[in-house]
Amino acid sequence: MTLFGVRVPMMASLILWCVLWEIVGRLDLIFLVPPFTAVLAAAWELVNTGTFQRATVTTLWAFFVGMGFAIAVGVPVGLLMGRVPAADRLLGMWVNVFVSAPLSALVPVLMILLGMGETTVVATVFLFAVWIIVLDTRAGVQHVPASLLEMARSYGAGRWRTLTRIVILSALPEILAGIRLGMIRGVKGVVIGQLLISIIGYGELFELYSRNFLMEQFWALTILLFAFAMLVAEGVGMLEKKIEYYAGVRQ
Amino acid sequence: MGAVRRIDAARAGRPGPATADPIVQVRGITKRYGSTEALKDVDVDVPRGKLTTLLGPSGCGKTTLLKIVAGLLDATAGEVLVNGKPISGPGPERAFVFQDFALMPWATVITNVAFGLEMRGVPKAERLETARHCIREVGLAGFEDRYPHELSGGMRQRVGLARALAVSADVLLLDEPFSAVDEQTRRKFQEDLLRLRHQENKTFLFVTHSIEEAVYLSDAIVMLSRRPGRVNRIIEPAIDRSGSPDEIRRDRHYLDTVEEIWHSLRDFVE
Amino acid sequence: MSSNVHSPGAAAAAVSGRPGRALARAAGALVGGPMLWRLASVALFCLTWEVAGRIPVSYAFPTFGATAAAFAAMVADGSLPAAFAVTLLPLVIGVTLSAVLGVGIGVLMGLRRGAEWIAAPVFIVLQAAPMAALIPLVTFVYGIGLTSKVLAVCLLALPVIALNGYKAVRNVNPSLLAMARSFLASPWQRVVRIILPDASPVIFAGLRLGVSAGFIGVILAELLITPTGIGDLITYHRSIANYAEMYASIASIIVFSAVTLAVLQTVEVALFRPEKKGT
Ligand SMILES: Nc1ncnc2c1ncn2[C@@H]1O[C@H](COP(=O)(O)OP(=O)(O)O)[C@@H](O)[C@H]1O
Ligand SMILES: [Mg+2]
Repeated sequence: MTLFGVRVPMMASLILWCVLWEIVGRLDLIFLVPPFTAVLAAAWELVNTGTFQRATVTTLWAFFVGMGFAIAVGVPVGLLMGRVPAADRLLGMWVNVFVSAPLSALVPVLMILLGMGETTVVATVFLFAVWIIVLDTRAGVQHVPASLLEMARSYGAGRWRTLTRIVILSALPEILAGIRLGMIRGVKGVVIGQLLISIIGYGELFELYSRNFLMEQFWALTILLFAFAMLVAEGVGMLEKKIEYYAGVRQ
Repeated sequence: MGAVRRIDAARAGRPGPATADPIVQVRGITKRYGSTEALKDVDVDVPRGKLTTLLGPSGCGKTTLLKIVAGLLDATAGEVLVNGKPISGPGPERAFVFQDFALMPWATVITNVAFGLEMRGVPKAERLETARHCIREVGLAGFEDRYPHELSGGMRQRVGLARALAVSADVLLLDEPFSAVDEQTRRKFQEDLLRLRHQENKTFLFVTHSIEEAVYLSDAIVMLSRRPGRVNRIIEPAIDRSGSPDEIRRDRHYLDTVEEIWHSLRDFVE
Repeated sequence: MSSNVHSPGAAAAAVSGRPGRALARAAGALVGGPMLWRLASVALFCLTWEVAGRIPVSYAFPTFGATAAAFAAMVADGSLPAAFAVTLLPLVIGVTLSAVLGVGIGVLMGLRRGAEWIAAPVFIVLQAAPMAALIPLVTFVYGIGLTSKVLAVCLLALPVIALNGYKAVRNVNPSLLAMARSFLASPWQRVVRIILPDASPVIFAGLRLGVSAGFIGVILAELLITPTGIGDLITYHRSIANYAEMYASIASIIVFSAVTLAVLQTVEVALFRPEKKGT
């Protein structure tokens, strides 16, 4: 987009929306929408409270532990499915079902099996993130050029070395893309898990603010969460770009 | 060395058809993509009713020049005249055959071929009739209701050619039309193109990087230098095409011309 | 010379590779088509479930048999079909709304630079963000009725549908566009004859993702705020420790969404991918 001959970056329009938000908030039309600046002020206050900081630690811990498990399980399973046709046929259907299933329905099961605590949130993050990691890893492995595999075989590489030296490296762009998508889903998972349990982390805060109609705090928390989600997605996206060069070379 | 003289003689021997009745005139075309200069001050005359080839190494700007003539790209400087009038975009007197075929995968062969006519508002019955005729012309009779993905690469390019023939444009612009087909198909295609050129009174502007193909097909070869592309020289092979394809390919004059062009191109390659 | 050096390794690799592949081929020939594999896959899943339930891994983990029986009973007494009807209504309304709006906005963003600049960043943020956090807010405005559930569905489905529409239009094959231009298609003809047909597979895939997101949204709304439908069945049976019934409700909605999405995918291939049919 160019305005008066100057290129305006695309994300700049978000500022416009924030201004619009401020105006709507100032007009006091809807009590649900406080002015944007008030929300920002609330966000600042919020960040400095002990409750928020504790909730953040809880949430981040659940997120990263859940993601750690999801990557530790998802990548090997994806590699297995990509390399072993029998495993692919047995697991493929379920991975495809769960990658787009309404996993929010499974959270109550987790709650009764694992209790109303952080373990359940970790499990929710895992459950939301793992399937897409499996699928993308599998796709990456299946896209390894046949000529590379033949090259490895002709130079005498065994199964293990073919896997570590050729397959994983060649599939890395897809694996990272899967992890990025998994992280976006994981953020959603952590929020859904905490909302449903509603006594820990941000879930507790959301419950508190919406029960007491504390709109400024509610929006502040939402914005912080959204910002965190974008940050996570952008962070992995940047890592992805770093190795993107050989995704191009590989074709 | 002998070939050089013969070519030059051939050129001098004629009154220079290039200037006699040019249907397309390229005047001082320069094209820059950002900081890379793809074409620099190119002048070319394309004689009416002849097959003119743009020959040059990959990346020298052949596609760019052809798309500028087609009106698909704007030049940074210079102008293109068709029938003496400057162009400002694509026009009905020019039709393009794309290197990657550019067929609509969701449409059948006949719908693809009739596309240009449809855009011109030709009634359905009439355009299907014309399309059917052109499909027969390129040797695809019986494939009217197939989809592009059911055809081989060579057949797909025939669809692209039929589509360009269907709109009965005066000038056909072909961008390496045979580069994505195998060698046998390519040869068959070249012969078909020669036949078509004799049947239809059309002008062909043809892009290739194959010297043999250029010499085999062309009345005139415009040699472009490496980037930024400039007209290096113009050769008129004047091959006697009365014999069979095999005879032509063994013809001394044909072989000498190929050799000659190779020698002059080699200077750029190195 | 070099071939002499390398051939032993290659031979060894070939030998070590062969038995495994031969076995897999034999197994493939024996077991046959993908349908059988699918059945085997389902059987394995059910078996694992049954065994885990028999151990049992938890007092709250019923066997597969008990869950299936509960499912049959709930279908027989009509509670499950009724709950499905209640859950599916807002889903259908919400997805339809999101489809119309999302495809419209998405295509507009793809076609118009101005629309792209204004709207695309919002949808990019919304798709990456945990929109579920906004569901409690929806209840403030619209209470716990149908409207809230519809909005919950839209909240989750709209961004992905709009973004897919946008990407689909932006990634239309440039060669086809040049072709249309060179054959003198008007801007309108270019949109209708080239851009929309070329974009429709991706747009439809977006609709499929939208349906998937809508399922998540409607279940979440029912669990969080409006105790009705499947969400209510889950919560209710959980509260009275009817675990088999609870699992049956959850499994049925997951299977239902999987079947719906599979049907949509089949439709997608049949409609838009002539090149993928029959392969
Ligand atoms: N859209 C573009 N943007 C930037 N550079 C381009 C673009 N298209 C072509 N070029 C550059 O212009 C030069 C000529 O390209 P092209 O006309 O495609 O060459 P040819 O068809 O002779 O191989 C090449 O060096 C190419 O990299
Ligand atoms: Mg080219």
